[in-house]
Amino acid sequence: MDTEPLIILVAEDDENDRLLITDALNELKTKTIVHFVYDGVELMNYLAKADNNLPHLLFLDLNMPRKNGFECLKEIRQNTQWNDLAIVILSTSLSETDIENTLVNGANVYINKPNTFDALVAALHKVVTTAYTYQNTFFNKSNFLLRL
Amino acid sequence: MILFIKFDITAICKKILQQQLDNSEIDYSILSFGEVEIRETISDEKLKELKASLNNYSIEIVESQKSIMVQKIKDAILEMIFMEEKLPLKTSIYLAEKLNQTYNYLSILFSNVTYTSIEAYVMMQKTERAKQLLATNDMNVSEIASKLNYSSTAHFSTQFKNVTGLTPTQFLRIITKRRSLDNI
Repeated sequence: MDTEPLIILVAEDDENDRLLITDALNELKTKTIVHFVYDGVELMNYLAKADNNLPHLLFLDLNMPRKNGFECLKEIRQNTQWNDLAIVILSTSLSETDIENTLVNGANVYINKPNTFDALVAALHKVVTTAYTYQNTFFNKSNFLLRL
Repeated sequence: MILFIKFDITAICKKILQQQLDNSEIDYSILSFGEVEIRETISDEKLKELKASLNNYSIEIVESQKSIMVQKIKDAILEMIFMEEKLPLKTSIYLAEKLNQTYNYLSILFSNVTYTSIEAYVMMQKTERAKQLLATNDMNVSEIASKLNYSSTAHFSTQFKNVTGLTPTQFLRIITKRRSLDNI
């Protein structure tokens, strides 16, 4: 397959969750390169320095120390240079209104964290293949909305 | 103020392609969408330059036979879905006729090269088209369902939700709220 790997940035402070996401992504057949940041401040610094190497996909934890995910989300969307970065929120306890609120404020994907590992892999598969298709076609990325 | 813009992707790409080829001063002929005949022998250097100039526009010169066919399948699907008239009833027949191959062959090839199936890709493209139509506010959900050849509005909503996790109405609400946020 002559295709470029998808570059994924994971912003997650909990080590178990980081391992979970890594393992789940490793199960996918799609080629991905994964980087990590551990809190909101580190995330914003990473993006600021990224220049031409902006990741394609960002997994954003809402409850991070130093700067929470929601603040980061709004800040990222204020920077139009980062419009191509697709943002995925993986969360457990949001209400319908809050879920819609994250999407309205610029998240592209909301995943209600599944109970089983297999279900998580299936969800990530859908996210990655969709993100991948947006990478390779003329689809308007601002229409990239997915709720799982 | 917001301008709603419609793109004729085929025309745009052809124009860019022509411009770049003209700039490179190569004797060429555009055979069909995605096929250009170079009517002289050109050096590797020249080919490299051409590749680079086209890459600037995200236009790629495709190498392998399989990739070429997959690209043709994708282009045919795009053409089918973004046409102004109603969609053809059977995708499989449309593609088989258009590309002169059995649908079975196309299907297997597509799945092997991409990470997805023709059906899933068509569903995705139809959904993208629906999103475009929803975002421009010209048509309501029923009209869009009809244009995209769904048997009913309910069927359309179900498929849309299957692909995106949101109903067309929810999608529209989110896009509209986002726009009002941008206007603050």
